[in-house]
Amino acid sequence: MDYFIELLFSGLTRGSIYALIALGYTMVYGIIGLINFAHGEIYMIGAFTAFIVATVLSIYGFPLVAIVIIAGVAAVVWSSSYGYTIEKIAYKPLRYAPRLSPLISAIGMSIFLQNYILLAQTSDFLPFPRLIPDFPFMEPIAHIVGSTDLVILVTTFVVMVVLTFIIKFTLIGKAMRATSQDRAMATLVGINVNRVISATFIIGSGLAAIGGLLIASHIGQINFYIGFLAGIKAFTAAVLGGIGSIPGAVLGSLILGLTESFATGYVSSDYEDVFAFSLLVLILIFKPSGLLGKAKNEKV
Amino acid sequence: MKLTVSGKFLSTAACVMLALSAPALSVAGDTIKFGIAGPHSGDLASYGLPSAAAAKLVIDKVNANGGINGKKIEILKEDDVCKPEIATNTATKLVSSGVEVVLGHICSGATIAAMPIYKDAGILVMSPSATSDELTYSGRYPNFFRTIAPNAMQSPAMVDFAINKLGLKKIAIIHDKGDYGKPLAEGAKTYVEKNGKGQVVLFEGITPGAMDYSAIVQKIKESGAEVVIFGGYHPEASKIVSIMNKKRLKTKFVSDDGVKDDTFIKVAGEDAEGVYAAGPQDNSANPLALKAKEEHKAAFNSDPGAFYEGAYAATMTMLNAIEKAGSTKLEDLKKVLQSEKVDTPVGSINFDSKGDAIGVGFSMYVVEKGKYVVAK
Repeated sequence: MDYFIELLFSGLTRGSIYALIALGYTMVYGIIGLINFAHGEIYMIGAFTAFIVATVLSIYGFPLVAIVIIAGVAAVVWSSSYGYTIEKIAYKPLRYAPRLSPLISAIGMSIFLQNYILLAQTSDFLPFPRLIPDFPFMEPIAHIVGSTDLVILVTTFVVMVVLTFIIKFTLIGKAMRATSQDRAMATLVGINVNRVISATFIIGSGLAAIGGLLIASHIGQINFYIGFLAGIKAFTAAVLGGIGSIPGAVLGSLILGLTESFATGYVSSDYEDVFAFSLLVLILIFKPSGLLGKAKNEKV
Repeated sequence: MKLTVSGKFLSTAACVMLALSAPALSVAGDTIKFGIAGPHSGDLASYGLPSAAAAKLVIDKVNANGGINGKKIEILKEDDVCKPEIATNTATKLVSSGVEVVLGHICSGATIAAMPIYKDAGILVMSPSATSDELTYSGRYPNFFRTIAPNAMQSPAMVDFAINKLGLKKIAIIHDKGDYGKPLAEGAKTYVEKNGKGQVVLFEGITPGAMDYSAIVQKIKESGAEVVIFGGYHPEASKIVSIMNKKRLKTKFVSDDGVKDDTFIKVAGEDAEGVYAAGPQDNSANPLALKAKEEHKAAFNSDPGAFYEGAYAATMTMLNAIEKAGSTKLEDLKKVLQSEKVDTPVGSINFDSKGDAIGVGFSMYVVEKGKYVVAK
């Protein structure tokens, strides 16, 4: 039983990690129907920003809490401005182009950003500072769920709730839903569609940056390539849950994480990916729009 | 009809005679031609130049004492820039200029590409650095020898260390499913099973680059393993040890040369403490190694680079074989190399029937206060 609970929490942690990135994919898709392949790179840039800020601050002897907050804010601001700029440069000019064009543009952006970080920073693995300390009250159950795991789980939950709130009840959320349902109509009733799309990219990129900070301090290392692998898994999770749906992205991520964890625990980690992707195929056969994905005109 | 056959036979026989007599002819010259092949320019030159320096130092000493059996040794140096496609040209050039033995090549890929050419010419080749298992284990290159341990020897080294030195019997073997890590892990598994002293309680491959290894760490714990043997590179190793520490696992971690890298310590930080890793044999206590180092300092005013000791040893053993055999025929040289021990900077060595040096192996290192030191 202990073993089961340990695997359960491993799976939940892994799932929450995927969810933090998957949310960005699903939001952008919900609004403009584009799979933003550069999203994984935004996550990577967030991690690098947090790394640089945290390293500098710790040299000046800031307390850990201050480092986490300042590095977090810096990462969110920096990544969001990247997200905003990418949309303006690579996607906006192609808004009325055939659907494949922005997709290729996104892949190009992803490759460009990877190589940019490779050249501007380094190709080496860098040690990411441990920004989340071991909480004393977690010690008795540290072998099951660690402090970073807990922070990741809680953050994912909070982010999902806040995001749902924003989309359901705020003005910008309403504008987002309207844009997603019918862009032309939204324009006619006076919604500035370009601003809504920019806002979506900013929020999504900010989430990826928070993910970057938390995940990098969980695994303790970063390099320019982490965004690619993270992006693939998170994208899979978003599709599994129904791309375009926010609870769906979280649900899909948790299912993916749990499947991988239990497959490793009870079968073999050699087949972890086999199980995860078999599950994806199965779900898509029976529910082609994903678990919580609905008919096309109700996204986000 | 019969006439033409015998004519063909005759010409073939003449060719064979000529081919056989060619090496004998070159021995009849007044120098012994010693080939050196490896990267001497380009970005991997730092792997090849120290070997050339080692050979030169040894040979200069021998020549100053009158050479071998009255003959001076002549060095022929050829650059292969560590590229297989260039190495074949390098080898052809050396063979056609009549070398009798070759020190090299340096990189495994280049060595494998060049070997068939030396094999056809019946020339002894000894590498200070090529670690590919294929070179000796495949049996394809009877003229190949080396003064560095093959990759495959890491597995027994890791297992023996875990069982005999650490006294741990329950072993979990994890690998990264890659070309380097998986064969090492499989080698370790077979070795444990054959040796019978330990028990493999878990054997699994992990996905490199995954974001979280806590499930496999929980599985290691559940298996009751006392030690983890990991085949793979340092990024995965550092993620695993850090999660093992987070899950408060006290299981020891033993790994390979891919983890014996300072980047591992840099990335894993405090979690790296107490991690064991196999690495090239430590020769720092060998007086001959110290002497060879001093000679290098005296001649070039700098510390020797990679594979210097191995190349020094290879040159010594090859020259010794030529001297004792009184010829440079492959069969005669092989007999001496296999039977006679020579004191060299990498230890007192002779060679097994495959061509690997007996007595050259891997040392185990442990991370102590942020540095790899030899594990006792």
